[in-house]
Parts: sequence; structure tokens; C-alpha cells
Amino acid sequence: MATALTEPVFVEAPRATIEKVAVIVSKGSLEGVYPALILANGARMEGIEANVFFTFFGLDAIRKDRAGKLKVATVGNPGMHLPTLLGALPGMSAFATRMMSRQMEKLDIPPVPEFLELLADSGAKLYACQATVEMFGLTEADFVPHVEQVLTVGEFYDIAAGGEIIFT
Amino acid sequence: MTTVEIAPGPVELDAEGFLVDPTQWTEELAREIAREHGIPELTDRHLQVVRFMRERFFASGASPSVRALGKESGVPIKELYELFPKGPAKLAARIAGVPKPRGCI
Repeated sequence: MATALTEPVFVEAPRATIEKVAVIVSKGSLEGVYPALILANGARMEGIEANVFFTFFGLDAIRKDRAGKLKVATVGNPGMHLPTLLGALPGMSAFATRMMSRQMEKLDIPPVPEFLELLADSGAKLYACQATVEMFGLTEADFVPHVEQVLTVGEFYDIAAGGEIIFT
Repeated sequence: MTTVEIAPGPVELDAEGFLVDPTQWTEELAREIAREHGIPELTDRHLQVVRFMRERFFASGASPSVRALGKESGVPIKELYELFPKGPAKLAARIAGVPKPRGCI
């Protein structure tokens, strides 16, 4: 015997909130670092706890000698809509970096070193990945003072527990 | 849209609790909104931020970002987060009776 089909019932999901995020920064290009910093800061602005873990080339973003010198990748970056050989010309990366930095300043988004200070003052915690710190032969003294600590992955997971993890 | 009964009369708030008409703002209203958002007492430091926000809004037509607040209100970022723990820009804008800040920073 056939049963009559009933209209599907849609149950609206209850309104959820995010209380805590962990942002992992693995890239060292300007366009690789900014999204992570903006996400972390945006979280703090909403009263969400934010922990940021810098690993591999992401460490450049918190190095005293490099944080202010991150560059836009003009080669191997389809988003640039620039032929690879053109992107490889001397000065292209510096030019693209200047353009992006100017655009960012217009949007009230600070340069990376000031951004790190803003994040730390906002209560976001910045951490460096121990394995990559060792791989690059770095020490805590190489990092800007806003970095809380050098941590193993396990220690970071412990801190990040219970939050959303965002990999960039 | 909701209306709240506060002296000297009812004021309209939008769906997110921001004052619809910023000119209806009074300090009494600010204290009331602050209490509703977990700030029992507005201190002089709170009011310094709130007044800066209003000045900025009426001068430029937009509510200032956290970065601008930290640089120009005379209250540093760290303290802003202590004064308005659940997000300084939005909460201060609510209390200041100006629209929600649109920036990401």
C-alpha cells in the first residue's frame, strides 16, 4: 500500500555562537599573513577569544627583522592575474606590495608590525611553532615582543582546545 | 525594530540594538544601554570613549574603528578591551547611540 508523501519539514538550526578561535599562519607572504591577522582581530572585536599560531614561513610575520618587510607573491599566484614571467621581473613584487599596503592603509588596516601590537593589546595571544623555530635556527629573541611563547603543536592544541581552528 | 521607554521619551533601536536616530541620545540612555550590556556603571573613561565616538560620527558620518579609537580617543587599545570586554567598537557605538562600525579592524 502506498503511503502519501508528506511535505519535508525543515527545522531551523539553533542560533550558535563562536566563543574561541585558533588561527594558524603557515605562509609568509603579505597576502598570506593579512587574512589570518584580520580574522584574529575580527574575533577579538566580537569578544571571541583568539590564539594565533605562527608556523613554517608564517614565522616571518613575527620576526623582528622581517615583520615589516613581507612581500606580495607575484609568481605562482594566479590571483595576481599576471603572466608568470612578468611577475618574475625585478621590482614587480615590491610594486605589488606597495599597492597592497596602500590599499590596506586606506581601509584602516595597519602594517604587520603595528597589527601584531594591536592584536596583543586586544588580548589575542601569539605563539611560535617550536619545530619550525628550531628548523630555521631561531630563538625567542628573534621575535617581536608581542609573541607570548614558543610552543609545541601539542601545547598549542591544549590552548586551542574547545575552539574553532582556522588554517591559513 | 524595538522601542525603549527612557526619559525624556521612547527611542527606537534597530534589530541589533543600535539607536536609529543618533540625535536622540542622552547620557541617561547611554547608562541604560550600558547596564543592559553588562556594564553596571559608566566611568569617566567609558564616557571619554563614548563622546569621542559621537564627535567622530557627527564629523565624518561613520563610526570609528578600534584602531582609530586606540590612536585618537586618548584611551589605549588594552584599556578599551577592559572597559568594553565584549568588543569595544560595537559596544561603545551602541552606548554612544551611533551606527555599528562597518570596518573589519
